[in-house]
Amino acid sequence: MIKKIITSIIILIIYTTQLHALIEVDITRGNLDPLPVAVSPLSADKNTNDKLNKELKINKIGYKISEVVENNLKNSGLFNPLNKDAFLQKPDIAHLKPRFEDWSLIKAQALITGKVTLSDDKLRVEFRLWDVLAGKEMMALAFTTVPSNWRRVGHIITDKVYERLTGEKGYFDTRIIYVAEDGPKTKRIKKLAIMDQDGSNTKYLTLGNELVLTPRFNPTNQMVTYLSYFRNLPRVYLLDIETGIQEVVGDFPGMTFAPRFSPDGKKIIMSFAMDGNSDIYTMELENRIVERITNHPSIDTSPSYSPDGKFICFNSDRSGYQQIYVMKKDGTNVKRISFGKGLYGTPVWSPRGDLIAFTKLHKGKFYIGVMRTDGSGERLLTENYYQEAPSWSPNGRVLIFYRETKTDTEGKGFSAKLWSIDLTGYNERMVMTESDASDPSWSSLLSN
Amino acid sequence: MNLSKFFKNAFLVMLACLVLSACATKKVQNQMQGDVYTGTETVEYLASGVPDRVFFATNESVLTTASRDTLRKQAEWLRKNSKVNVVLEGHADERGTREYNLALGERRANAAKDYLMTYGISGNRISVISYGKERPVDSGSNPLAWSKNRRSVTVKAN
Repeated sequence: MIKKIITSIIILIIYTTQLHALIEVDITRGNLDPLPVAVSPLSADKNTNDKLNKELKINKIGYKISEVVENNLKNSGLFNPLNKDAFLQKPDIAHLKPRFEDWSLIKAQALITGKVTLSDDKLRVEFRLWDVLAGKEMMALAFTTVPSNWRRVGHIITDKVYERLTGEKGYFDTRIIYVAEDGPKTKRIKKLAIMDQDGSNTKYLTLGNELVLTPRFNPTNQMVTYLSYFRNLPRVYLLDIETGIQEVVGDFPGMTFAPRFSPDGKKIIMSFAMDGNSDIYTMELENRIVERITNHPSIDTSPSYSPDGKFICFNSDRSGYQQIYVMKKDGTNVKRISFGKGLYGTPVWSPRGDLIAFTKLHKGKFYIGVMRTDGSGERLLTENYYQEAPSWSPNGRVLIFYRETKTDTEGKGFSAKLWSIDLTGYNERMVMTESDASDPSWSSLLSN
Repeated sequence: MNLSKFFKNAFLVMLACLVLSACATKKVQNQMQGDVYTGTETVEYLASGVPDRVFFATNESVLTTASRDTLRKQAEWLRKNSKVNVVLEGHADERGTREYNLALGERRANAAKDYLMTYGISGNRISVISYGKERPVDSGSNPLAWSKNRRSVTVKAN
């Protein structure tokens, strides 16, 4: 399904100017002064609006796409979308030639305008990004897609704007796979769920008949590997999102868990537990060849490849307590990298390759943090009663994780929610989900 | 006069608090040794006098004296009931990462399995499953609740 959507989006570059931009957003520091940006509703002619309203029950599509963009920009913490009530210029005229005085009057530094047209049942969306102070166009792009994809158009626009203004790839046209939770803490019902990065378009991939945990995307976002307790045999499974076909990964005589894909998508790396000992294994998907990577009487789990596939970071208690280790992909050269006070778990290698995110437990508190791949430069981003399992945004700027609340003596007050935080430690926010949620995993960018 | 009455009342309230809190601590102490659960509140029985579960210290899979005692009773009962197979369900408390807890639950259940085997129970009769932190018996967020949840439970499989 995803593949179909990707191919149905044709990006046409109509006109791009390479100016020396005056506006620049620095994303390497916590941004306490987000850039004021005006996102004008995209203009749409009456014909387009009527037809979309009648056939797809989409009302005011231009306004809705601009809302998707606004919401994304706001959630990034780097931008401050201005209230539309203050806009003086009509969307269609602003898109042709903005009156920059009007926009600078409301303190907008950047302006996004656009136009939506429907022809032959295809939605054509064009947008422009303007530098208000310089009075110049910074970027202009158009997309053609099926009308039901209109939210994705909003995400792609945000990615382009983000990239133009920060110099780094965006992370808005992405999805999150997670575990949707329901019911009492002692008998949680868990389902695999998938949603857009902004919490919309939630779909459930399993029914909740069996316990499911820790879903992770493959690099092309078409497959998911996860742990299922199907028939009370906890095993790593592989699910094709498009066909819904599931299969057990490998033929192990015991529990397999903590799965992840290799960066080329050809292998699944996971733990296999036997006789009280968990070691790390890989299985090549094409020929089913299983390889043992670690062989140690301690618990070795939570493996994660470096983006070049040459190294693996993992969690082991071989020192007596949970710590983070790095080794070569064949299991040699094992080195412990976490040496701070407390226990360390769930290491995940950043898509940029320079950092490892982790969960840390120290003096009864849980932290999400990052360290360099040699263990230096440890930085704790957030502290809470319980939180774990960070997953990186594809540009390596944001981490998503889950947080559970403390219950009272009767066990009431329990909840599990997804949260995200900037690598800078700023912009911590709850990610809205339809139900309680845990074990989030971020997809790569869908559109490139 | 009012003031002295106030102090008197305050003193009584404080005294009541102290007595109550002392009771509460005592109750917890009676049910835990170190941080291992020693109470019986959640325990079920495979047969009369044969408790179904053993408890562990935080991050540990070492069997305590009490656990070994329980498992010897289980082994004796299993020898008498040679048709019965069992599943050992290993669990962890909520104060750990999910993946590590799955491994820890497996390690705990296997510690119990090994002990049953040394007392003559064939490994063929015992299967093991870990639930990590997924199936607590006590949903509280306090040391006592956690101690009840760090467990290996022997369940009849047939």
